Amino acid sequence: MTKASSIAATTKKIVKKHGGGKSAMIAVLQDIQETFNYLPKEALKAAAQAMKVPFTRVYEAATFYTAFSLKPRGKNIVKICTGTACHVRGASTLQDKFERSLCIKPGEMTPDGQFSLETVNCVGACALGPVVVINTEYHGQVTMAKVDKIIDKIKQEGAQ
Amino acid sequence: MVNLTVDGKNISAPKGTMLLEAIRGAGIAIPTLCAHEAVSRSGACRLCVVEIKKGNRTRIVTSCLYAAEDGLIVETKSQRVQNVRRLVMELLLARCPESEVLQKMAKEMSVEVQPRFVADSDKGKCVLCRSCVRVCEEVVGVSAIGLFSRGSQKTVGTPYNEKSDVCIGCGACVYVCPTGHIEMTSTGDKRKIWGRTFRMQTCDKCGKYFAPVDQLKFISKKTGVPMSELTVCTECR
Amino acid sequence: MKNNSDTQPRQLKDDLKMNYGPNKKFVAICAGTGCRAYGSLKVKEALEVELKKQNMNVDVIATGCLGFCEKGPMVVIHPDKYFYQSVKVADVPEIVSKTVAKGEVISRLLYRHPDTKKTMFREEDMPFYKKQLRVVFGSNGMIDPTKIDDYLVINGYQALGKVLSEMTPEGVINEVKKAGLRGRGGGGFHTAVKWEGVRKAAGEPKYVIANGDEGDPGAYMDRSLMEGNPHSIIEGMIIGGYAVGAHEGYIYVRNEYPLAVTHLNIAIEAAREAGLLGKNILGTDFSFDIHINKGAGAFVCGESSALFASIEGRAGEPRAKYVHAVEKGLWDKPTVLNNVETWANVPLIINRGADWYSSIGTEGSKGTKIFSLVGKIRNTGLIEVPMGTTLYEIIYDMGGGITNGRKFKAVQTGGPSGGCIPESLLDIPVDFDKLYEVGSMMGSGGMIVMDDKSCMVDVARYFLAFLKEESCGKCVPCREGVRRMSDILEDICAGKGTEGDIDLLEDMSKAIADGSLCALGGSAPNPVLSTIKYFREEYEAHIKDHRCPAGVCKALITYSIDPERCTGCGLCIKVCPTQATSGEKKKAHTIDNNKCTRCGACIESCKFEAINVK
Repeated sequence: MTKASSIAATTKKIVKKHGGGKSAMIAVLQDIQETFNYLPKEALKAAAQAMKVPFTRVYEAATFYTAFSLKPRGKNIVKICTGTACHVRGASTLQDKFERSLCIKPGEMTPDGQFSLETVNCVGACALGPVVVINTEYHGQVTMAKVDKIIDKIKQEGAQ
Repeated sequence: MVNLTVDGKNISAPKGTMLLEAIRGAGIAIPTLCAHEAVSRSGACRLCVVEIKKGNRTRIVTSCLYAAEDGLIVETKSQRVQNVRRLVMELLLARCPESEVLQKMAKEMSVEVQPRFVADSDKGKCVLCRSCVRVCEEVVGVSAIGLFSRGSQKTVGTPYNEKSDVCIGCGACVYVCPTGHIEMTSTGDKRKIWGRTFRMQTCDKCGKYFAPVDQLKFISKKTGVPMSELTVCTECR
Repeated sequence: MKNNSDTQPRQLKDDLKMNYGPNKKFVAICAGTGCRAYGSLKVKEALEVELKKQNMNVDVIATGCLGFCEKGPMVVIHPDKYFYQSVKVADVPEIVSKTVAKGEVISRLLYRHPDTKKTMFREEDMPFYKKQLRVVFGSNGMIDPTKIDDYLVINGYQALGKVLSEMTPEGVINEVKKAGLRGRGGGGFHTAVKWEGVRKAAGEPKYVIANGDEGDPGAYMDRSLMEGNPHSIIEGMIIGGYAVGAHEGYIYVRNEYPLAVTHLNIAIEAAREAGLLGKNILGTDFSFDIHINKGAGAFVCGESSALFASIEGRAGEPRAKYVHAVEKGLWDKPTVLNNVETWANVPLIINRGADWYSSIGTEGSKGTKIFSLVGKIRNTGLIEVPMGTTLYEIIYDMGGGITNGRKFKAVQTGGPSGGCIPESLLDIPVDFDKLYEVGSMMGSGGMIVMDDKSCMVDVARYFLAFLKEESCGKCVPCREGVRRMSDILEDICAGKGTEGDIDLLEDMSKAIADGSLCALGGSAPNPVLSTIKYFREEYEAHIKDHRCPAGVCKALITYSIDPERCTGCGLCIKVCPTQATSGEKKKAHTIDNNKCTRCGACIESCKFEAINVK
């Protein structure tokens, strides 16, 4: 099976799991992203076919919602909370520090595929601000000094 | 029939008529950009706004989507209405500085460029009225183009900006576009639109190129009429 | 038809109460997202291990959010209700051997009042909790949200039983009307009026939806309710469905709340198994079920018609609301859309009665409201207070005042649709109408406290940048207007503001508020207008003097090292990304302002507070 046809087959199963109808669009896209870590073009085309909607409509939904990425994302996704409470506690200077340390801007991936950087508008952990969520782990009261330590720890864990 | 007052004038209109039609029917002009007779209404440009009063409550609504009601009092030139229209034009002029259509509209409405808005250079003449998307979806039925992303990043086009497999080159989108943003070039037997080149069909009778082969194939498939009966241009029919 | 429907939950509860008596000994540990980030699950594990080790058969319950997020992880030992804060794994053996085993209190783990230095044993003694009225949120501390039995013990589903066995749909609506419940999501619309509209509307099927999108940054009340007491929302929705004639419900949960989705799913499954959801609920002929839809990162989907579009599988673009959702909502059918907190209030009203409910609050705003108190406040967390409590009481009595001994400047309420309230107005009672009067709004309940080091122009800039990102892009006034306002504010904060900018912003604000298709654009000008109203001099300093009085806007401030305080330790040189700091060891260092980007790394690392911002 070619990579493209395997992506299509997996996508068809996802659409079926959600009942096959077009109203499950968001849930289908979320599962596709969960499976492939981003939304591959072949998956979107297969989803359109399986849900019997124009490809344009699928692409509209995929580009409207910022939770979705059309580009491959890194193994570790760093989400910096830029909600008001975190902003007031210095989230933007923290974001600058992450950008310097990883040498990427939000929406980008490091060349070695290890890290992607994103900003997110409030994860609801405001007491711990500024908050950074890396994969499923929440890091609270992050200071610039902690940033390099956090990144190094993840690199080490990945190497194991 | 419903009876309402517009700019102090009593008018009546059949139930279900939108204010836009009711007001224009009474001879009062209302500017529009995103309303096109061929497609459904979207209320996106906000130029057609009017101020309505119902009981004690006044509201600004788009006349293209608000149905005429008994006893409604409508102002089409109140200060609030004029402010909205003026701002919309200023914003569109800054977005599409090259559009002659917008410049003409602005002149008619006595609106000038707002120098504090830095003009865009990457939006072409597209005001995101979405008439092209709607005509492709509702009338033609192929949904080759859409509106992607959101906010100021919103653009009209084909997915991934690649040439569309489903576009039939009919040019309906060009026809309904109010500003002439969409590019369609025809040279000889080729028509180019949305990054795809279509081979044009010649008319059996007059020999002129009149429609893309793909469009005729599409119509044939949709209606069941055989191709041989479609290869005559509308003038020669 | 209606047999057993009210006795079933009661019977279940009585059976369970045998195991859960008021004197039962158990240890509750807060396991909301916030406390989990503090490591509360590790503490829970340690407690379980230690209790086993010391041969004690005592349950450890991971509860929903307790609200006092500043002091997590929190452990409460029942039945004495001793409240421990900032608990570490290392504290666990002592907690078990002293408090759980012998009822002895460990005073270093108790809350200590920062001014009087007195320690307090229990929640009800602490200033954070004292003036609260936690009728909705308080249940979080008594239950494991993943166990339906816990909810049944605290009278869960009794309201549903009562409704299905004793009340008509109209009767339910009347009770909610009498109670005076208004929407808790921001609109403040009278809930009963909405329900009546849907009941009367033509069209089948009808729908009820819980809006759990909670897009306002800084607000996390709904998250804590969905995580901590999902059944309260489910019960409310079933009652609402019964009242309006809907058999299908949706809960729309923000994508950024994975734990809430998990807990809601568990709760729905458990409710189905117990015959409380699905066909023939509690043996009656009323059927109702709930689906969960996740958001995908769009603030605009908190707006009703955009939310419907999202559930329908489309991009979340609102449509003009000249026909209301109660007549044409989800799939153009009559729909009730209420906020999660609104739904959670419904079982309460049925259980304790409209008279009781309407005795709380003010004339126009009945009941309680949950607020998230965040920002530069000492006691960050979630509070629930009767409507009419003053901002002063919230910020000073419960919130403990401003952190780091700084001065209060403003409190931002209502999220990006709201405004900033200055010190002079702190005496206003918090209710829907009063907040509108001062140019803000209640919104979903976020309260962001700011001190004298917060720049109000930067706050306006921040909100406009947020709204620019979140605008759906359909209508011109919002897509283009909010973007232009955002550009002007960026200019002002970068020292590129021009004379006339304030007037221009005010002019544009009116047209954007009037011309926008939905409330995102419609209320976008609020943060700008309210900060201009109360802090005009800050705008003028930025524009005329190129100065940021609060010391925030990077382009308008300079960093300098105080030679009296600097010890020449070299830490700032190490952390500076642009090599702007320099100096010899043990001699006062200096900053080259041409290289300095005001990133703040030096300020963070300096142990002598030697760096000044001007």
